[in-house]
Amino acid sequence: MSLLDIDERILEVVKLADIVKSPIVDGKELVEVDIALVEGAITSDEHYEEILEIRKKAKTVVAMGDCAVMTNVTGMRNYFNLKDVFDTAYVNAISNDKEGQVPNHPSLLRLNEKVIPLQEVITVDFVIPGCPPHADTIFYVLNEFLNDRLPDLSKAKKLKYG
Amino acid sequence: MDNRKILISPVTRIEGHANITIELDDEGNVSDALFHVNEFRGFEKFCEGRMYTEMPTITPRICGICPTSHTLASVKACEMIQGIQPTYTANLLRRLMHIGQNLSSHALSFFHLSAPDFLLGYDYDPSKRNIIGIAEKHPDIAVRGIRLRKFGQELSERITGKKIHIMGIVPGGMAYPLTEENRKALLAWIPEAVQTVQMGIGIIKKFHEENFEMVNSFANSPTIYLGTVGPNGEHELYDGKLRFIDAEGKILQDQLLPQDYLNFIAERSVNWSYLKYPYYKPFGFEKGFYRVGPLARLNVADKMKTALAQKEFEHFKLINSDKPVHGAFYFHYARLIEALSDIEDAEKILNDPQVTSLHIQHHGRWNYNEGIGSSEAPRGTLFHHYKTDDTGKLTMVNLLIATGQNNPSMNRSVLEVAKQYVKGTDIKEGMLNRVESAIRCYDPCLSCSTHAVGQMPMVIEVKNKKGELLKKIERF
Repeated sequence: MSLLDIDERILEVVKLADIVKSPIVDGKELVEVDIALVEGAITSDEHYEEILEIRKKAKTVVAMGDCAVMTNVTGMRNYFNLKDVFDTAYVNAISNDKEGQVPNHPSLLRLNEKVIPLQEVITVDFVIPGCPPHADTIFYVLNEFLNDRLPDLSKAKKLKYG
Repeated sequence: MDNRKILISPVTRIEGHANITIELDDEGNVSDALFHVNEFRGFEKFCEGRMYTEMPTITPRICGICPTSHTLASVKACEMIQGIQPTYTANLLRRLMHIGQNLSSHALSFFHLSAPDFLLGYDYDPSKRNIIGIAEKHPDIAVRGIRLRKFGQELSERITGKKIHIMGIVPGGMAYPLTEENRKALLAWIPEAVQTVQMGIGIIKKFHEENFEMVNSFANSPTIYLGTVGPNGEHELYDGKLRFIDAEGKILQDQLLPQDYLNFIAERSVNWSYLKYPYYKPFGFEKGFYRVGPLARLNVADKMKTALAQKEFEHFKLINSDKPVHGAFYFHYARLIEALSDIEDAEKILNDPQVTSLHIQHHGRWNYNEGIGSSEAPRGTLFHHYKTDDTGKLTMVNLLIATGQNNPSMNRSVLEVAKQYVKGTDIKEGMLNRVESAIRCYDPCLSCSTHAVGQMPMVIEVKNKKGELLKKIERF
């Protein structure tokens, strides 16, 4: 969503590049791309497979946002046992009736015990920290890559964590 | 013959990650549809043990599109724990922030995600059926849509310095005032924003006229509705009480305190989705499924707060002769009427002499063990419920999010549309889009991942009961 905060500049980006898809969600059938901007941490079996696939198909992988860079809020569940996390929501929640089931359908992704950032699975070429990163920073990085320059984050004025 | 299954994965152009399984009977007719929500992060557990005052900073991370609504429900719960109220100016600024978020979310839903269907058609080249495709064919509309979203985000940025996951809303009020310079800059947006929304209303009305039958038969089963209203039954997003109406429009309960939500809402976990199925407690599971969001808010309200929106609201009420409008397609129209109201309201607030006052925060401390807050997110009512120990550390967190409350109806809408448009394993591109757009009407925010730009591939797997692949269609 933070990519959209570059507003009208998205129309400049599409002059230089074809945005073929949003990667982490639809990763399996990824076509070969020059740049993959990946948001979010690896939380499940499906994400794990997808990030491997993205690495294979993308020349440059950019971890975008604190979840991708260091798991951030997504990783806060790592301090707890996964079963407790599930039970709190699906069994013991104060608004739950007593007739529910814990989700386990085969079409659902299976959550990993621990949430990990992208670089624990693949080599990440570039990171854009921030929750979310400032739109100007995102645009700066994209624009540098699209003009065959290596971005230098020390030149991004609105760089931040959190 | 074994029952066959069609898997539509992933659902394109909704802000999140979801799959649908459509089950066919022996004759190839749709027998059931399961809407799988594939996102679970466990906020209820991992917030335990933290200070309640951290919640307004942690919970906006639940969603990248409605962070402000989460923050507001969260600070209200914190204010109940402290036993204090925000200042007058803080309320004005919070309203502005909330309007900004509602506006940018509605602009995104309409111009970026849905307008491609209205302007380019369901059967248009999928690689171009998006905001970029609109930019090619109708550049003015695309730029206006992008700028309307920008105005919404700017309301946030000019008050607290951030567009997403804002930090400036704190228990007792606001951390930052609005400067005169920013007030003027925001006011300057109003005329353009009104024009853009009215252009959107023009687009949707034209589409309604040209597709009258589809619009009125599209996912239109009656439900009950929940929404927030002001003291006189007027449309409200930030700070009101709750009203339930039945499918005929009769008020079931009115002026309910959000703090009493457990008396009228219960929810059930199901095995096929990470999203639970809430229901109106007095009617029980299934019969008590209700809807929230723009359509619900317009259905429960007696009137709008502003002039232009009120005029549109009167048109809206004619659709079903003053009774609730059920067709999921009318969500789009409802969203634009709200957007209009947002802009008019923003203008009024920006002209309030107190809006730039520096009296922005009351200071409180921990006083009570429990707090409950609610607000109207762009996609509907949400509740935050916290309990703490005597040092203010959280011992229980319960969150009812807006998309969750629409979940049962989304599932039902998908089934209805699937029954209408999907027959056997002969799957046409246009049919799939209609199943998807049944979900898109609800504008669900299933995670903070974006599906808004670019082409999404689609993989359809037709499977038998044993999981054997009968047919696979790929769209790139």
